[in-house]
Amino acid sequence: MSHETYYVPAQSRWPILASIALFLLAYGAGTLINGLKTQTGGTGLVLLLSGAFMMSLILIGWFRHVINESMDGKYSPQADLSFRWGMSWFIFSEVMFFIAFFGALFYVRTLAVPWLGGEGEKGVSNMLWQGFEAQWPLLTTPDMEKFPGATAVIDPWHLPLINTAILISSSFTITLAHHALKAGRRKAIVLWHGLTILLGIIFLSFQIMEYVEAYQELGLTLHSGIYGATFFMLTGFHGLHVTLGTLMLIIIWLRVLKGHFTPENHFGFEAVAWYWHFVDVVWVGLFLFVYVF
Amino acid sequence: MNTMAKVEHTEHHGPAAGLTRWLYTTNHKDIGTLYLWFSFAMFLTGGCMALMIRAELFQPGLQLIQPEFFNQMTTMHGLIMVFGAVMPAFVGLANWMLPMMVGAPDMALPRMNNWSFWILPFAFAMMLSTLFMEGGAPNFGWTFYAPLSTTYAPPSVTYFIFAVHMMGISSIMGAINIIATILNMRAPGMTMMKLPLFVWTWLITAFLLIAVMPVLAGVVTMMLMDIHFGTSFFNAAGGGDPVLFQHIFWFFGHPEVYIMILPAFGIVSEIIPTFARKRLFGYSSMVYATSSIAFLSFIVWVHHMFTVGLPLMGELFFMYATMLIAVPTGVKVFNWVATMFRGSMTFETPMLFAIAFVVLFTIGGFSGLMLAIAPADFQYHDTYFVVAHFHYVLVPGAVFAIMAGVYYWLPKWTGHYYPETMGKVHFWCSFIGVNLTFFPMHFIGLAGMPRRIPDYALQFADFNMVASIGAFIFGFSQLIFLVLIIKTIRGGSPATSEVWDEPHGLEWTIPSPAPYHTFSTPPEVK
Repeated sequence: MSHETYYVPAQSRWPILASIALFLLAYGAGTLINGLKTQTGGTGLVLLLSGAFMMSLILIGWFRHVINESMDGKYSPQADLSFRWGMSWFIFSEVMFFIAFFGALFYVRTLAVPWLGGEGEKGVSNMLWQGFEAQWPLLTTPDMEKFPGATAVIDPWHLPLINTAILISSSFTITLAHHALKAGRRKAIVLWHGLTILLGIIFLSFQIMEYVEAYQELGLTLHSGIYGATFFMLTGFHGLHVTLGTLMLIIIWLRVLKGHFTPENHFGFEAVAWYWHFVDVVWVGLFLFVYVF
Repeated sequence: MNTMAKVEHTEHHGPAAGLTRWLYTTNHKDIGTLYLWFSFAMFLTGGCMALMIRAELFQPGLQLIQPEFFNQMTTMHGLIMVFGAVMPAFVGLANWMLPMMVGAPDMALPRMNNWSFWILPFAFAMMLSTLFMEGGAPNFGWTFYAPLSTTYAPPSVTYFIFAVHMMGISSIMGAINIIATILNMRAPGMTMMKLPLFVWTWLITAFLLIAVMPVLAGVVTMMLMDIHFGTSFFNAAGGGDPVLFQHIFWFFGHPEVYIMILPAFGIVSEIIPTFARKRLFGYSSMVYATSSIAFLSFIVWVHHMFTVGLPLMGELFFMYATMLIAVPTGVKVFNWVATMFRGSMTFETPMLFAIAFVVLFTIGGFSGLMLAIAPADFQYHDTYFVVAHFHYVLVPGAVFAIMAGVYYWLPKWTGHYYPETMGKVHFWCSFIGVNLTFFPMHFIGLAGMPRRIPDYALQFADFNMVASIGAFIFGFSQLIFLVLIIKTIRGGSPATSEVWDEPHGLEWTIPSPAPYHTFSTPPEVK
């Protein structure tokens, strides 16, 4: 049954509950982090975990609500378009978040570190640490006592290259799943979609292996100067996004198994596929500018 | 007819009773009201902090508060006014007016709309709670430059960071909702170039919000990592750079100042034609000028950091790019004046605020041009001249436009005309108060008085006393506004659906007060 008028939902408890959960998460995280050095973050941890628990329940409930509304046919094509705009602009905001970190990377590489090394128009800043030489990746920091540097960086042509291949293939597999969904070939969807999830999980485990190598063998840590800082923040936030993307893929896969989607109507699937392509594109940027060049 | 469907439909027609109406609401008018009241509460809170600053600066020397607390007051005043008062007020006006202006039944994503609002009280509760924490509230200025906000920050900075994250989430969701509403919910026939200018300016503002709030989230995350997890983004000892903080912050911060002024342009562009009884002069040039300002806002951020030590090419590029902004801004001011030219003008309170906006915002714009001249900025930087400049664009700029909008649309919201004389008294008190407060700051700034310092040299005493007196006049005259709003909500002469003399726009075709649900079936726009 299709509604000609735009569906305006009735009153809902989810938003106010989600605000409380978000507050618990944020306040708990603040208290926990502030208490890290003095081991007094216990209350913070409790608040954080209860916030996280509450938020998970809310997300499940809220999404179930939305899914039910969608299955009841309450969303007109116009409402569908609202969701599409919403998801597109959300992904754009995520792109801008990564741009802040990429911007920091480009700035330190091309300006700040060379200046500290005495090059360029602001090379006078070399007087701070005389004898410091600019290099990228920055292994020897200006103050090796405070920020001990790293012995080497990750070799781009081993794990990162494999991971690039994995993530790019996963963009293809999710597209194949989408084509299968539009053609109504159930077995193919389940297969290609499941393969995408598997590739996501393999990617994540390789990332973990890489981090272990960085910390244990290369001395490349958050603490090892600006290369480590940009490396871990960029790849770390990307990894978090892949984790979130994989979770969303799993949920959508379960919905596929339940037969929630039709060849005409499957925006939930498409939104997650867009998100997956986005994390893929960010990875290509990371591979080029963090690992290779 | 399907009777079940009919019952379901009437079920959520009127507002629910009691507190749950406001907690659980999905109605754009309710949410608009919540935003506006929240903003007003924050305006008074931030205003009290401003009055504490002005009381301390009434005379040279230290009288009332300690320098440490003074720093917390300047910081919290700025943060609360920017994120708690001005931005939510504009979002409140958008919530109320956009669906009615484009002929939509509600915002595109009503539940998310409610979430965007309810995050804010929690975020600001957390922000304000830092005042009672050990080490005090954030004291590093609203621009929170590293290393003041990292190495030398009080412990409460961690809560500040998470509060900023919450505000960012709220703003991004609000902006996404607004864009989706404007792009997808317009009534048939409402083409983009027929949109009221308030809708246009909000469309562009929402784009700016989505583009830069994540950058703010990024920079506070870097702070968090530097403070607690040993990274060196803003520490040169590890190869980072404190100036990097300023670059990222101002890449957010400059579009942010346009976020606080573009919707004001929109409001004024609605009001002036109504009271000049003419169509807006140069509609399409207004749209293009707004878009140009938004574009330029991304390539001028370094003009906030001319004195930090930059290559000459940087200074030159950002100086000229900044001056370019005067061109589209000049187009807008010209259009407002041209709209009034030979109009049949009357001077009701919204029009008074709008005209004051045009004049006083232009003064703020011109002092901005002075600051844009890089070599001259070395003299003006971090003086009261800067304080005078941005308060002229924000108080008689953004805040006056918000007040103009409230007076203009209040009869539509409440169904009553506000008491006109009382509105005029509020206007004149505010107008005199604002100018007494901020105009002298130009002089003491040019003479060299630094900002953010609780004490000053004797030669600045007279002008500071004048500014403090003006601040108290402005502050207390806002109580007139509060009383007027409450009076208008509770009663007054009933407003017609047009409210004013033949205003343009769909919002004037529906009764006053606007019914709880409007345009459930979209109107036809010719």
